[in-house]
Amino acid sequence: MINVSKLKKGIVLDHITAGHGYRVFRQLGLDKLSDVVVLMTNVDSERMGKKDLIKIETDLPLDFDVLGLLDPGITVSYVENGVCVRKAHLVLPEKVTGILRCKNPRCISQTEDVEPITFHLVDARTKEYACEYCDARTHL
Amino acid sequence: MERKRRLIEPGDLSTGEIFHLLRLANDILADPAKYGERCKGRLLASLFYEPSTRTKFSFDAAMLRLGGQVIGFSDPNTSSAAKGETLADNARVVSCYADVIVVRHPKEGAARHIADYADCPVINAGDGGHQHPTQTLTDLMTIQKHMGRLENLTVGVCGDLKFGRTIHSLVSCLSRFPGMRFVFISPEELQMPAFVKDLLHRNDIPYEETNQLEQAIGSLDILYMTRVQRERFVSEEEYLRLKDYFILTEEKMALAKPDMIVMHPLPRVNEIQRDVDSDPRAVYFDQVKNGMYVRMALILFLLGLDKEA
Repeated sequence: MINVSKLKKGIVLDHITAGHGYRVFRQLGLDKLSDVVVLMTNVDSERMGKKDLIKIETDLPLDFDVLGLLDPGITVSYVENGVCVRKAHLVLPEKVTGILRCKNPRCISQTEDVEPITFHLVDARTKEYACEYCDARTHL
Repeated sequence: MERKRRLIEPGDLSTGEIFHLLRLANDILADPAKYGERCKGRLLASLFYEPSTRTKFSFDAAMLRLGGQVIGFSDPNTSSAAKGETLADNARVVSCYADVIVVRHPKEGAARHIADYADCPVINAGDGGHQHPTQTLTDLMTIQKHMGRLENLTVGVCGDLKFGRTIHSLVSCLSRFPGMRFVFISPEELQMPAFVKDLLHRNDIPYEETNQLEQAIGSLDILYMTRVQRERFVSEEEYLRLKDYFILTEEKMALAKPDMIVMHPLPRVNEIQRDVDSDPRAVYFDQVKNGMYVRMALILFLLGLDKEA
């Protein structure tokens, strides 16, 4: 059993689907932080069986749209003086801008420098989004 | 800055505005002279990055018959696009000269992109295999004229439903009227895309998919035929395999209701045999004529010239 000391101040990303932790770590750019970041994978969980977990020893502005898109089951806890002062539960965002890329080869976004594209959620079950320009479906 | 009105997809018009445009188009048809000077001093820019005969001529004729003038190109190699100018810059520049822009482009979403940068109204005259909303207005005018209503209709669309921009716009638009039912007739490879079917699901509009025209035709009020478009295929072999999948003949027309109408956005290749042309239920050449009047109405509407002075 590996023990990681309790966080005094920072953010805990809990209930990450097992195996998805590294993806969340990369997407949030945590590899570029100079603060302490701990990524734990395959942690025992009563609710999930196994889960991943990330502890960040700093107060970082998080993009909840990116997090919700990556894994809407994640719980975000803000810790101060070793105590959780705020929790946020994520949802799959209804629209995301500048995160997804359109994969349709016939879309104008493939050849022109378009504004950051907004995608609208069309199927929550499959996490599919539609491109605002061509309506083609895509997912992360 | 206030966003200029645009017509990129049918959803850009309310149902009230659609009926207003159809009334106006019919009024112009009845008395064209009344509108002959309405666009005097106005300029329409016609940017066709993809070949077109009907739509380009229809818009040009519409503006000229309203007393306005037309600038533009029908070959992108003769425009600054050939020098590598972006569509965004093209839109900014052209909207300095013109009062309204009509654009056709092979890429899906191109008209929307141009509208985001133009400082005047933009009309989508076809963006790849995506949408063709002014064809839809033409179709609605034709349906209203021949069927007497825009509700309680069973509409069959047949052919290339995957890349058929006219039917994407038509089905999306018709789905807002009550009592509509759709039959999508296509080979499996050319089925209706998810974004159209999603819309029908969201609005509880019934539809079925089949590859049997003969079995479906008897239940239809409208049969909308489309061409399998060679220009949308990457593989010539695939095009050749699918191009003759559905051919409407007089034998098949004998299975249809006596008051069913046959529509087609044209051009056709061989998906409707010539002997069907003389069938009174074939209304596709009337569709062409309606196109010009409804585009006249749209130009007036987008320029704010649709009301009596």
